[in-house]
Parts: sequence; structure tokens; C-alpha cells
Amino acid sequence: MSLKTSTINIDTPGRTVGPVRPRPKLRDRYGDRVFNITATAILLLSILAVVYPLYFIVIASVSDPNAIYEGKVWLFPSGVTLEGYQRIFADSRIWNGLGNTLLYTVLGTAISVSTILCGAYALSRKDMPGRKFLMLLFVITMFFDGGLITKYLVVRDLGMLNTIWAVVLPGAVGVWNLIIARSFFEHTIPNELREAAQMDGATDFKFFFKMVLPLSKPLIMLMIMIHVVAQWNSFFDALIFLNDDTKYPLQLVLRNILIQSDVSSSGTTGGDIQSYAAAQRIAELTKYAMIVVSSLPLMIALPFMQKHFTKGAMIGAVK
Amino acid sequence: MSRTIPAQRRLPAAAPLPQRRISSSLRLKRILRAWQLYVLLTPALIYIIVFKYWPMYGVQIAFKNYNPAKGFMDSPWVGLTHFIRFVNSYQFGQVVGNTLWIAVLGLLVAFPIPIILALLVNQLQSERFKKFTQTVLYSPAFISTVVVVGIMFVVLSPRSGLVNNAIQLAGGEPIFFMGSAEWFRPIYVISDVWQNAGFSMIVYLAALAGIDPALHDAAKVDGASKLQRVRHIDLPGIMPVITVLFILAIGSLLNVGFEKALLMQTPLNLSNSEIIQTYVYHAGLQQAQFSYSAAIGLFNSVLNLALLLFFNTVARRANQATLW
Repeated sequence: MSLKTSTINIDTPGRTVGPVRPRPKLRDRYGDRVFNITATAILLLSILAVVYPLYFIVIASVSDPNAIYEGKVWLFPSGVTLEGYQRIFADSRIWNGLGNTLLYTVLGTAISVSTILCGAYALSRKDMPGRKFLMLLFVITMFFDGGLITKYLVVRDLGMLNTIWAVVLPGAVGVWNLIIARSFFEHTIPNELREAAQMDGATDFKFFFKMVLPLSKPLIMLMIMIHVVAQWNSFFDALIFLNDDTKYPLQLVLRNILIQSDVSSSGTTGGDIQSYAAAQRIAELTKYAMIVVSSLPLMIALPFMQKHFTKGAMIGAVK
Repeated sequence: MSRTIPAQRRLPAAAPLPQRRISSSLRLKRILRAWQLYVLLTPALIYIIVFKYWPMYGVQIAFKNYNPAKGFMDSPWVGLTHFIRFVNSYQFGQVVGNTLWIAVLGLLVAFPIPIILALLVNQLQSERFKKFTQTVLYSPAFISTVVVVGIMFVVLSPRSGLVNNAIQLAGGEPIFFMGSAEWFRPIYVISDVWQNAGFSMIVYLAALAGIDPALHDAAKVDGASKLQRVRHIDLPGIMPVITVLFILAIGSLLNVGFEKALLMQTPLNLSNSEIIQTYVYHAGLQQAQFSYSAAIGLFNSVLNLALLLFFNTVARRANQATLW
């Protein structure tokens, strides 16, 4: 093999400077082209499979519901109407849910990120006595937990049922995120820096708040984004811990409208069939619009967030 | 070291203490010196004690008849009654079977796809197309489970859904996907791939970026084709990451997807969509059978832990065998 290629090297004309690139054998070049074409085709199909349903939702959300029923909407919206969106913006449940979600997201993210950063920094310090044992306490909870029922009972015993705390506290610290933050600190904060700061009389608090945090902006951004996305999208804690629907976050409101109504409304027949069918179609239209409205904020922020998430994946992989 | 001494009165470098003689008083001194670190750790520690270890302590109600007035500790013991009741109940086979079905199916289908995607994306020539593919494929990860299931309901709707419109266009009969038990598993797994494959791909891409390009250059010189390089350089290069992620996937095998399964449930597909955790939710929180459902939850956790330990041992053995 190597003998053959070296012959090609010698025969390759016009390459006197720089690394010598052998001309691949014809068979391999053909094989590579097949590989490239296949890879590109598979990826293009995957992109299509991801994008088309989302694109369809968007065009369906502004299309005449009758056209959707008749199967006329494929590539372009048909009979443009904004009725779905108008209904959403007139729906107080949505606005209320959105307000709650914003509140839960801001508070939950603030609690989670500050707890994780402080805890992870302490755990990253090799000179903290008992570090290994304390870390173990956290890691154990990744592999075994008390389960849904006892978590519910604990939250109930704490008197947190139906309060904002039940939504923001029970899932506040993910051990996985703690590990990511810890390894970030371990890899980016040199020991010499801390020793120098201590020589100058900086306490651990001072060093952490004045030096470590300003040096950890990428990590802080990543943690904020992880938690904003998670809080924005979560519904289950609200489902089990809240029973007052004025406190429901957007996702729970969406669930009740998008999913629950689909099952229950099929049983309720009021008025004549004609108007019922029309109402049904408007309801469908509203669903499309609702999917668009609720996913749009994160989708718009995505290109901005991507850089940080990719970095985060790398920190996680380094672990 | 000189933290407690003001900077002006700093002493000349003190001789390091001999390492051998770590007395208990020195140890105490070290602990006291680190008090601010413990303060930083305290919120996180309180969190896991209250929301992780307290529930773990409460798991004892699986062996008791939980009485809200008496709490975790003082409720009367009943031994394995709840476990026996669960194993003998008519749902046992169905619920455990459904859980294993979607877990194994998910692992077989959803685990390899991100790896394949990453290997393909990594080989793309154009940086821009690479980036574009990455962004598009992982965007669904940012859509909430509620909305993904909502999309299923509208896109798969028997009357107006996209898929059924296509089926009818091709001359077929519309299918009530969300209302049929046999479609639950395929829809569950496909939607899982749709939503998460791109995001899982990122980790593998990061690992692929860490592979020494010299290996590829050397293989090129030796006339290796792209496919050969993917198989013999890229794949072995990310094998450690694959193993770790596989063990982690096993570790959460019986816990993932619970929310989606719950959201996808309709009275018509319940025979395939009721998994252990949704059953715990229904029996425990909706019917307030706390001890019984805690026992089922514990059954699930223990099963899960056993799987994790088993596969971890297998992986360790295999690694030792292939280390050279």
C-alpha cells in the first residue's frame, strides 16, 4: 500500500513546494464521491424531515382551515387568515400563562444558576477538606432518587403546594450541570491565580466574586441558557404541584388546549353539526398558531444560543 | 495562606509544614480556613438534602401504609405487601412490558442515529453547510415536549392532519394515529429521533473534532477511502464517548420519556402507552395510593440501577480486554 502511494508521489508533477499530496487512486476517488453524495443526500433528507413539519405548521397557522381540511396546503399557505393569531391574542389564559412562565423562568433561572455556580466552585477547589465525600453526595442522586411520590409528599409537607416555590425549587440543581460547571472551573481557573490573590489578602469570597465569576462568562451564559430553555419548556412540576389554573405556566396552558381538548372535545356535541365542525376547524387553526407563538421565542434566540451550547457539549464531553 | 493577615504585615514565606504529621488540629484548621467554601456550597447542599435525600428517606413508605397524619417515620410497616400486590395485579405484565418495549426500541433506534449523523456531518467539505446542518438538526431540541406532542396531534390528525392528507392523496384510508395502540411505539420513537438526534449529535461532533487530523492525513497517504477512514479512524476515535453515553443512556433507560408518554396518552392507546412511571402518576397522585405507587416507583428505580451496574461492569470488562 505505502509503496504504491510513494510511487504516485514521485510521479505527481508540478508539486515541488509544500506537503506532497498523492493523487488518490481512481477507484478510491470514485468511492469517495459515492460517499460524499450519499452523505449529502442523507443529511439533506434529515434536514427536510426536521424542517418540513415545522414549515407546515407555520403555513397552516395562516391558512384557511377549510383548505387544510381538504388537503390543499402543502408548500404555500392558502387563503391567508390571521384568525388563529387573533384568537390567541384575545385569549387571557395564554397571556396569563406567558406572564407566569416569565416569572418562573426568571426566578427559577436565578436560583438555579447562582446555586450551581457557588456549589460547583466550592467543589472544584481541591484544597477543600471533604471534597470527595461531598461530591459523592451529589453524584449518588444521579443514579438513585426517591421517586415521584415521595418528592410530591415532601413538597406537600413543606407547604409549597400551589405556590411558585413548587415550580422553581424541586428541580433547581441538576447534578449534571453542577459537574459541567465544576469541570469548567477546574480547567479555566489556574491555581496560581488563586494563590497570588490569596497572597494579596483576597478571601475565598472575594476571589470567587471578583475573579472567578468575571472569568467564567461563557459558563454563566451556558448555565443561564440551559435553565431558561428548561424552565420555559417545563410543564410537569406545574402539573403535579399547582392546582390553581391562574398560576399555570404557558406550557401547561398549551397542554390543556393543544392536547387535552383534542381528546375531550370529540365527545362534546353542542348545537348543529355544521357550526360544530366550523368551531372545530377554528380550534385546529388556533392550535397551529399556538405552536408557532410558543416556540418562536426560543427559535429566534437559537442562532445566538448555539455557540454556547456547542461549547457546553464540549465541556461535558471533556468531563 | 496569609489570608487572615493584612497585606502590610505579611510574614516572609513560612517554611512548609512537614506533610507526614497531619494532626487532627491541623485538619480542623484546614476545615476552618475553608469555611467560605462551605458557605458557597451550602445552598446546593441544602437543596439535595431537602429535595433528593429527604424523598429517598421517604421511600420507606413503599414498605408501609403511609398515613399523612403520621408522616414517613411513624406509618405502620406492612413489609412487601405493595410489591406483591403490584406483581400480582393485571397491569403488571402490561406496564412493565410497555416500559421495556419503548426503552429498548428507543435505545436500538435512537441511540445509533446521532452517531451516524455526526460521522456524516463531520465529513462534509463545506464549513457553511456543516454549520447549517448542525443548527437545523438540533433546533427541535428547543421545542418543548408539550409542543412536540401538540404537533403530533395536529399533523397526525385523522381529519385534517398532514400525514393523513398525504395518505389520502396516495389513495389510502386515513389512520387515527394518536388513537391506536399499535401506532404508539413507532410514533414515540420516531418523534424522539426527530426531536433529539440533532442535539445528541453535538457531543459526538465535539469528540470528532478532537481526533488528530494527522491520522486522516496518514490514512489518505496510504490510499484509504473516506468510508474506510470513517470506519477505522473516526469511529474508534469516538468509541470512548459512545461507551460513556451508552452507559448513561442505560442508566436512565427506564426514566426517560415519561413526560412524553404521559402527554401522548389517550384512552384509546392506553394498552401500549401506560408505562411504569405513568402508572405511578395515575395510581399515586390521581388516586392517592401513595404507598402502593411509591413501591412501584422503587421497583422501577431498583430495576434501573441494576441495569446500570450490569452494563457498567460489562463495559469495564470489555475495555480491559481491548486495551493495548
